[in-house]
Amino acid sequence: MDATPKPKKFIGAGHSTSHDSAARHVAGSATYIDDIREPEGTVHLAPGYAAKAACGRIAKCDLQAVRNYPGVVTVLTAADIPGVNDCSPGAGDDPVLAQTHITFHGQPIFCVVAETRLAARRAARLAIIEIEAEKPNVTVEDALAANKDVLPSYQFKRGDAAKAIADAPHQITDSFRIGGQEHFYLEGQIALAIPRENGEMLIHSSTQHPSEVQHVVAHMLGVADAAITCECRRMGGGFGGKESQAGQWAALAALATYKTGRAAKLRLDRDDDMIMTGKRHDFRVDWQAGFDASGRIQAVDTQLLSRCGVSADLSQGVNDRTMFHSDNGYFYPELSIFSRRLHTNTVSNTAFRGFGGPQGMVFAERMMEAIAIQTGLDPLDVRKRNYYTKGRDVTPYGQKVVDNILPEITAELERTSDYRKRAKAIKTFNDQSPILKKGIALTPVKFGISFTLASLNQAGALVHVYTDGSVQVNHGGTEMGQGLYTKVAQIVASEFGIPLEDVRITATTTDKVPNTSPTAASAGADLNGMAASRAAITIRDRLGEHAAKLWDVLPKQIRFEEGQVKAARKSMSFAALAKSAQLARIQLSATGFYATPDIHWDRAKAHGSPFFYFAYGAACSQVTIDTLTGEMTVDRVDILHDVGKSLNPAIDLGQIEGGFVQGMGWLTTEELVYDAQGKLRTHAPSTYKIPCASDVPSDFRTKLWKSDGNKSPTIFRSKAVGEPPVMLAISVYCAILRAVGSLNPAKLPPLDAPATPEMILRACRAMES
Amino acid sequence: MARACIRFLRNGEPVTLTDVPPMQTLLDYLRLTQRKTGTKEGCNEGDCGACTVALGSIRNGALVYEPVNACIQLMGQLDGKEIITVEDLDGNHPVQTALVKHHASQCGFCTPGFVMSLFTLHEKAAKQTRAGVNEYLAGNLCRCTGYRPIVDAALEALNTPPAPRDAAALAALQDAQDIFIGDDESFIASPASLDSLAEIYESFPDATLVAGATDVGLWITKQMRTLPRLIFLNRVRELQALHDGPDGLEIGAGVTYEQAEEAFSALHPDMARLLWRIGSKQVRASGTIGGNIANGSPIGDTPPALIALGATIELRKGSHTRRLKLEDFFIAYGKQDRQPGEFVSRIFVPKINAKASFHAYKISKRFDQDISAVCGAFHFAADGPRIAFGGMAATPKRARKTEAALAQGLEAALAALAEDFTPLSDMRASAEYRLETARALLKKALMERDGLALTQTRVLAAREVVL
Ligand SMILES: Cc1cc2nc3c(=O)[nH]c(=O)nc-3n(C[C@H](O)[C@H](O)[C@H](O)COP(=O)(O)OP(=O)(O)OC[C@H]3O[C@@H](n4cnc5c(N)ncnc54)[C@H](O)[C@@H]3O)c2cc1C
Ligand code: FES
Ligand code: FES
Repeated sequence: MDATPKPKKFIGAGHSTSHDSAARHVAGSATYIDDIREPEGTVHLAPGYAAKAACGRIAKCDLQAVRNYPGVVTVLTAADIPGVNDCSPGAGDDPVLAQTHITFHGQPIFCVVAETRLAARRAARLAIIEIEAEKPNVTVEDALAANKDVLPSYQFKRGDAAKAIADAPHQITDSFRIGGQEHFYLEGQIALAIPRENGEMLIHSSTQHPSEVQHVVAHMLGVADAAITCECRRMGGGFGGKESQAGQWAALAALATYKTGRAAKLRLDRDDDMIMTGKRHDFRVDWQAGFDASGRIQAVDTQLLSRCGVSADLSQGVNDRTMFHSDNGYFYPELSIFSRRLHTNTVSNTAFRGFGGPQGMVFAERMMEAIAIQTGLDPLDVRKRNYYTKGRDVTPYGQKVVDNILPEITAELERTSDYRKRAKAIKTFNDQSPILKKGIALTPVKFGISFTLASLNQAGALVHVYTDGSVQVNHGGTEMGQGLYTKVAQIVASEFGIPLEDVRITATTTDKVPNTSPTAASAGADLNGMAASRAAITIRDRLGEHAAKLWDVLPKQIRFEEGQVKAARKSMSFAALAKSAQLARIQLSATGFYATPDIHWDRAKAHGSPFFYFAYGAACSQVTIDTLTGEMTVDRVDILHDVGKSLNPAIDLGQIEGGFVQGMGWLTTEELVYDAQGKLRTHAPSTYKIPCASDVPSDFRTKLWKSDGNKSPTIFRSKAVGEPPVMLAISVYCAILRAVGSLNPAKLPPLDAPATPEMILRACRAMES
Repeated sequence: MARACIRFLRNGEPVTLTDVPPMQTLLDYLRLTQRKTGTKEGCNEGDCGACTVALGSIRNGALVYEPVNACIQLMGQLDGKEIITVEDLDGNHPVQTALVKHHASQCGFCTPGFVMSLFTLHEKAAKQTRAGVNEYLAGNLCRCTGYRPIVDAALEALNTPPAPRDAAALAALQDAQDIFIGDDESFIASPASLDSLAEIYESFPDATLVAGATDVGLWITKQMRTLPRLIFLNRVRELQALHDGPDGLEIGAGVTYEQAEEAFSALHPDMARLLWRIGSKQVRASGTIGGNIANGSPIGDTPPALIALGATIELRKGSHTRRLKLEDFFIAYGKQDRQPGEFVSRIFVPKINAKASFHAYKISKRFDQDISAVCGAFHFAADGPRIAFGGMAATPKRARKTEAALAQGLEAALAALAEDFTPLSDMRASAEYRLETARALLKKALMERDGLALTQTRVLAAREVVL
């Protein structure tokens, strides 16, 4: 520790302060759940499943050898569950442990409880399980043939798309696939249950949704929600994978605690994590469009066929969002956007950064490329021609686009990235290069901000001011690396005019702020920041009134700045005022609450304004492919992204770059391979390849759009930034498509995502025929 | 008399362990036994780097630090080493300060691993390029940041020289004693000489030899195999020797990829390129050339190149040694020409004739730290072509029919590839892709031989560390 205290800095909202835990991250002292020193006697869990089958009746489950393994304390099965055997986010269709049937490969049937994690893992392999195996439905085609869905289909319509397409001067019909994505949060799923008196429990869970974990555990144990507290200080990454799917592991830990009376920890092994938890939905998209010679779309007819896995999970919201984003930034005069949520015997797919939106957007951008190829125009011109403009500004779901800045963002990026000149140079290069071909693409992003389930658009916060002037802030949002805690602390510091280091961030816990929404939909800072700001303002107003009385001035003359409270020539420290207020019996603690205004959505009529605003951005990517092997490298990427008035430019930049690279992985090297028996073959980082450092373009230029601030009244006029950047990576997919397309400029490359080397090579071959 | 303990250095102090479960990993020792939880577990199989620690060794009298994956390091490998974990840095190490300054952590779970990888890079006190740092960090995955700030931080930290270090304490732990902990049923043996190794392996032919444990470690952590008797090779003096003579290289089977890098690079730039793409820095600091051969894997990356170069290997059992062509060592899937109690002792790699041309390629889904879909090596020498592939058959295999058909021209050779190989489809690639890229590599090799520049034939030039 430094002997002399450093001068305090006033870094409120808008400044690039470090992540609150940065110093602890690099020192290894930031505590994740597996690092918490366990209470004495903690037992360790490992789930077990049928190694060979994907679905069918459980004919035999012989656990004798498991129970006899040295160190095993007990084995949990569905029969042990005192309450409801369900860990779904609502539909009631996700058993914690399978009882009579399994529906996908890797579904937990039992869970070993042992003295050590190693004993539990080793014992879990000793079960003798026999399944009357049925043929699983694995692919979109299997599910279509079986005509099985997890949820009803849903449609947006305007005009008569089929007729308008037929009447249009030009038409395209196409079908392609978009792969799923494993979250690969570096910290796997984990929960630690600690018994308290009177049947109460504290659950440490690595979750984006502590309230749901609390509820799932209470429901499973058959106790009141109030008996369970769920806490999460930080996650080692979430990306949507811990929104609804952290509950099962917490439930199992809680069940072990219930049964043994001992603290219980379940940390999934990486392979189990990848096998047992859901992923980004993968799609087949069958579409048609009609357009004129200038590339302007007249009508779009698309069918979005997604593999949801075995249960509803969050598939309604995810697939709705795919539909909400299948326009990206483009106006479709007449349209049919039809979505099927197919049931497959694979792990239930779930939230993943972008929540279905990216898949819809990949469709829109592939369509732009297709139109460009057919009309011979530059794809950027086709994009611009179809942007929302005045009079052509109503989305397929009835919301009017009033904050569009895509034309401006696009124009600036077109200039700063030198798009036209490089596109020309690439043409020359391709004409002369026999093996290597290059491609460039500039694609936009328009992403709707708000949960489309309106009730989730609320947040609460709790702020305490102590008599030494230090502050504690708590809110319903969780920290998964996105810097939410830091931003909220900056907001609170700004409201009080105090140094950031005087604001203590505390772990998210259901006993401080209850009934919270998941930290998702990019809305963490929008919602929780606003709630925390309101709580702080409530206290500040009380303090202001108190100071006004002391100094005999009007409350509105009181200013809170630089750690001081001032009015005219009077001033005192924030701490002194807090102390004085406490002596005067003024409450120095307050809750804050926020519900997003002005949004409404009538799902039955498929009409409304579900989004508070849109976040915008654009990216220009250039790639080189090898037409003999399909290998690919991203040469250069330029990004211009709109975050409104940034709460923290450094953190926002991190979200943009990180999101882009994650999206790039999704569309290039990250391939989920299921075999015909429904087994995931890529369940480890040895076979599932997320980007590593050398995949990042060596020339990577990211800029924040100079914004006057969000047009909608968000916290300090900032914009959400968590998810939209993922979709900037669609520019990489389109650039690859252009590179392949150079082999035969008249043909749309049959390029599915992810564009792995094998996929690229296959597309190249198809161009020749 | 064998020593019945292992000794290593922690925080400048020697630690002596007499009771070591043979299968215990360094990560479990740190996290569970020592309660040092700064080192994280992300995958438990050597692929994510969250568990990276720095391992200090005395090599040619000098102290060197290398990053290793604690999750697949077995305790028996640690004798005579220094272990530095993130907790041992003071929080103000130039690497740590730079990471904070550049906003290079988000969720922070990968960060201790990056810190330790970069610590070892920093200790090298050498300038680096962005591509060089990228390559150095191939074994550290980050899902949040997109790496750019981490690499920026690394480049900045490298401007500060490392603090001087004293090798004496570690040097004092080096000895030539054999180690044996346990009994006949379950033991850790770490012989110090070739003769001791030959003797103990002949007595326990069903014991498991452990070189770098980059395979064996996973048998334990993932396949949950029980391996009670382990013989460690990393202290066998003769196995660590590498001799670069006028006729070629003589490589002890225990030489790690990392230690072979210089000699391989001198052999041919494509050998360096190939090496860089094997695993990661961590994997290459532990994994050995001998292990890459002895494991008989059809997708091992050095065998195709070594076969194309005409390498031979030496095997030893008891006091008997024999030599055979590397290509004859691989018999069938999982079956090599190796007797119980016999081990690989040396590898001989002839130099490439100045008039010959050599080309090696690795095709994988991801450029760095991925297993080959196809690995091809082409050696066009005066006495005829030697071509070998990995990923195309049940073993690394020479393409003899293709070699012969080349005399009749390219088309004949391309057709012959399908006679040499009937590859499989798996999650890495389909059979069709494997065959097609094998053909593509042959075409490329010929084009390159005939003078086409690599910048025109290889997409990956931009990512490479400049030779
Ligand atoms: C993350 C990761 C990435 C990898 N990437 C690659 C890659 O890109 N390319 C690649 O080729 N491999 C890769 N591997 C596989 C592995 O690193 C190599 O095969 C390595 O060469 C094995 O060497 P080792 O010294 O670690 O062997 P060990 O794991 O110690 O042993 C492997 C096998 O060989 C036996 N053995 C070892 N030495 C001898 C000897 N001298 N005589 C007889 N038997 C012996 C052992 O008993 C065991 O059966 C990767 C592994 C990991 C974990
Ligand atoms: S934990 Fe992933 S490499 Fe060791
Ligand atoms: S900061 Fe989250 S994985 Fe790297």
